[in-house]
Amino acid sequence: MSKDSVLILGARSDIGLAVAHKFASLGHPIQLAARNVETLKPNRADITTRYKVDVTLHEFDALQPDSFAGFVDSLPKLPLIAVCAVGFMGEQSQNEQDLAASSLVMRSNYEGPAGILAELANRFETRGSGTLVGISSVAGLRGRATNYVYGSAKAGFTAFLSGLRNRLAKKGVHVVTVLPGFVATQMTENLDLPEWLTAQPMEVAEKIATAVERGKNVIYVRSIWWLIMTIICNIPENIFKRLKL
Amino acid sequence: MMLSGWGRFPVIYAPVVDRPRSEAELTAAQAKGGVIARGNGRAYGDSAVSRRGTIDMRHFNRMISFDAETGILVAESGVMLADVITSFLPRGWFPLVTPGTKFVTLGGMIAADVHGKNHHRDGSMSAALEWVDVMDQSGQVHRASRTQNPELFDWVPGSMGLTGIILRAAIRLQSVETGWIRQTTIPAKNLAEAMEIFETSDDSPYSVAWIDCLKGGANRGRSLVMLGEHASGDMLGAQENDDRYALRPKRKKSVAFDFPGFAMSGPLVKAFNALYYRAGLRKAGDNLVDWDSYFYPLDAILNWNRVYGRRGFLQFQCALPLDASKAGLEALLEAISEAGAGSFLAVLKRFGEQSSKFSFPMLGYTLALDFPATSKNLRLLEQLDRITIAHGGRFYLAKDARMTAQTLIESDPRVARFVAQRQDSGASETFQSSQSERLAI
Ligand SMILES: Cc1cc2nc3c(=O)[nH]c(=O)nc-3n(C[C@H](O)[C@H](O)[C@H](O)COP(=O)(O)OP(=O)(O)OC[C@H]3O[C@@H](n4cnc5c(N)ncnc54)[C@H](O)[C@@H]3O)c2cc1C
Ligand SMILES: NC(=O)c1ccc[n+]([C@@H]2O[C@H](COP(=O)([O-])OP(=O)(O)OC[C@H]3O[C@@H](n4cnc5c(N)ncnc54)[C@H](OP(=O)(O)O)[C@@H]3O)[C@@H](O)[C@H]2O)c1
Repeated sequence: MSKDSVLILGARSDIGLAVAHKFASLGHPIQLAARNVETLKPNRADITTRYKVDVTLHEFDALQPDSFAGFVDSLPKLPLIAVCAVGFMGEQSQNEQDLAASSLVMRSNYEGPAGILAELANRFETRGSGTLVGISSVAGLRGRATNYVYGSAKAGFTAFLSGLRNRLAKKGVHVVTVLPGFVATQMTENLDLPEWLTAQPMEVAEKIATAVERGKNVIYVRSIWWLIMTIICNIPENIFKRLKL
Repeated sequence: MMLSGWGRFPVIYAPVVDRPRSEAELTAAQAKGGVIARGNGRAYGDSAVSRRGTIDMRHFNRMISFDAETGILVAESGVMLADVITSFLPRGWFPLVTPGTKFVTLGGMIAADVHGKNHHRDGSMSAALEWVDVMDQSGQVHRASRTQNPELFDWVPGSMGLTGIILRAAIRLQSVETGWIRQTTIPAKNLAEAMEIFETSDDSPYSVAWIDCLKGGANRGRSLVMLGEHASGDMLGAQENDDRYALRPKRKKSVAFDFPGFAMSGPLVKAFNALYYRAGLRKAGDNLVDWDSYFYPLDAILNWNRVYGRRGFLQFQCALPLDASKAGLEALLEAISEAGAGSFLAVLKRFGEQSSKFSFPMLGYTLALDFPATSKNLRLLEQLDRITIAHGGRFYLAKDARMTAQTLIESDPRVARFVAQRQDSGASETFQSSQSERLAI
């Protein structure tokens, strides 16, 4: 018996690919959507070879909202589960000076992901089933000098996901918010991250699969991050503003 | 960063580690010169470390195709053996050759030309290899097989990454009916008995012996010989049948911290060995074991290399020619028991014929042991080197962390040709590991 499809948005990301592997290993056909999607042909071969599931490739740019409806129409089938891994960190120093740069970060982490999930949400609502997974970040829980442009966009996305979940709770559609701490991916390749705080992409994928299965709402990847963020969020602003974090 | 192999000895300052994701990035990384490919770092010593440039190949981890008629898998070199098993065992396929851990990459398996418990029948990794794509120092990729570039095909397995970077390969899997192994444990009172069992069980697909190397005198070489074969469907009981490919997850234990140095002291090892032997005696006879416990008992304890503490540990593995095996093994075991340097994992195995130009196995026997890395044990290992050479044996580079260039040359007449081949082909400038520098190869 064939299972329902899983759509991965931003499938060239390490986390997105790990999620694709995880759901493929559970027997789901996979739809990989990304910019320059033809570069994912080797990954399509990889996933079909490993798990014997169908994998299709779909061109997708989160900065082209006009294309969203057509993009969803062009999928071989409306997926049961959609995971959005699109994100872009940029350089904080550049984002502070250059409005175009910071706007790109905001659109890539908030406007684009929120837009495509909104489109899918409406179709899922009509169908009366489905799960939407948004990969946001702990960076969105409190703005810090070192990455508040990215953080604020993620904050917007997190709030959007929360509202969407609230709206669809009685409509058979579930929304999962993922708040990873550090993850070892291309995005963080050049940063020196402490090993015990850094998850592997597959760890994120496992957590997402479990959250989808159990209908969890908001998940952290390593639970230590819940503790860290609870502390960070509770530091009084007067003190917080002087800290270097 | 500081890098080492699985034995955590030696630890080397390796400031340049590249993690390429494409052939273009790989070419750029190796253009720096003096580089070596690294797989999953399961070689014990410094084979996969270079001070000038270590190239982590684990991003090349995609499978390319699988032919269910022939069992041939084409995959990139950074694909993990564990993933091959998870993907194909449920479809009735198992690696034809596997080392004692599944956390190795295909590239590492080919570069070391690894052997398994079935070497006496099926040969080493190169026997399972259909073709391999190797990138040379100029960034050109050559496909080598038995018919295409056969010279290169003979050099690559066993060359420890020194003939170029393996990009992808086609390997043959074997078809199996179940994921269970029928194991027969036979106790042997001494070395002669153990060897006798090996010699008369040639038709057993798998065979290996665990030796209690602290026993001396008439009991020297006391061991448990373990024979195995893939169980067919009708050998399974109801319980096994329920999990035909033995894929249900088991609990993993992990060693979370370094043991203090005294933990692996003589009396403890002695006690462990005695217990293990008695437990084995009780289990003597036939039983069904799942593939994971049978082939990879140590993988169930993540980071087990930490039981040896911070100073790390040393492996010693030699191969001895058949006619000198008995005398050589007796001499090695005598030296070890006299030094009182116990080893938790002393493993004896019969090797079959071996082709390819620089691989480790040879027709005869192989003995593998591990010791904490102390200066006393380093001296013992030098003594074991001498004994091995005196009996015409050679050493496994995937285990070596401390041999001298002189020892290698004395042990292996093939070294000169290997070095010449590296120079003639131009590989020697570009591909170097900390080990190849030490061994002058
Ligand atoms: C618990 C345990 C049990 C073992 N049992 C056995 C056994 O039974 N039989 C056996 O034969 N070995 C055994 N080994 C050794 C192990 O199989 C080999 O060292 C193997 O090479 C490790 O693979 P790796 O991917 O970790 O490679 P690494 O350790 O990273 O590298 C090993 C060598 O392969 C080269 N290499 C790696 N990738 C590439 C590439 N893409 N291109 C070119 N060269 C490359 C490196 O340069 C290096 O010389 C065992 C090791 C452990 C830890
Ligand atoms: N790594 C971490 O530590 C970490 C921590 C918390 C949260 N996250 C979040 O996790 C998600 C996945 O990130 P990652 O770590 O896997 O990093 P990544 O590999 O850099 O992934 C980000 C992906 O987003 C895609 N993308 C960016 N803009 C896009 C657009 N306009 N249209 C389509 N795709 C676009 C990128 O595609 P291209 O390849 O085409 O550029 C890239 O594949 C991101 O949302 C990230 O913010 C990561």
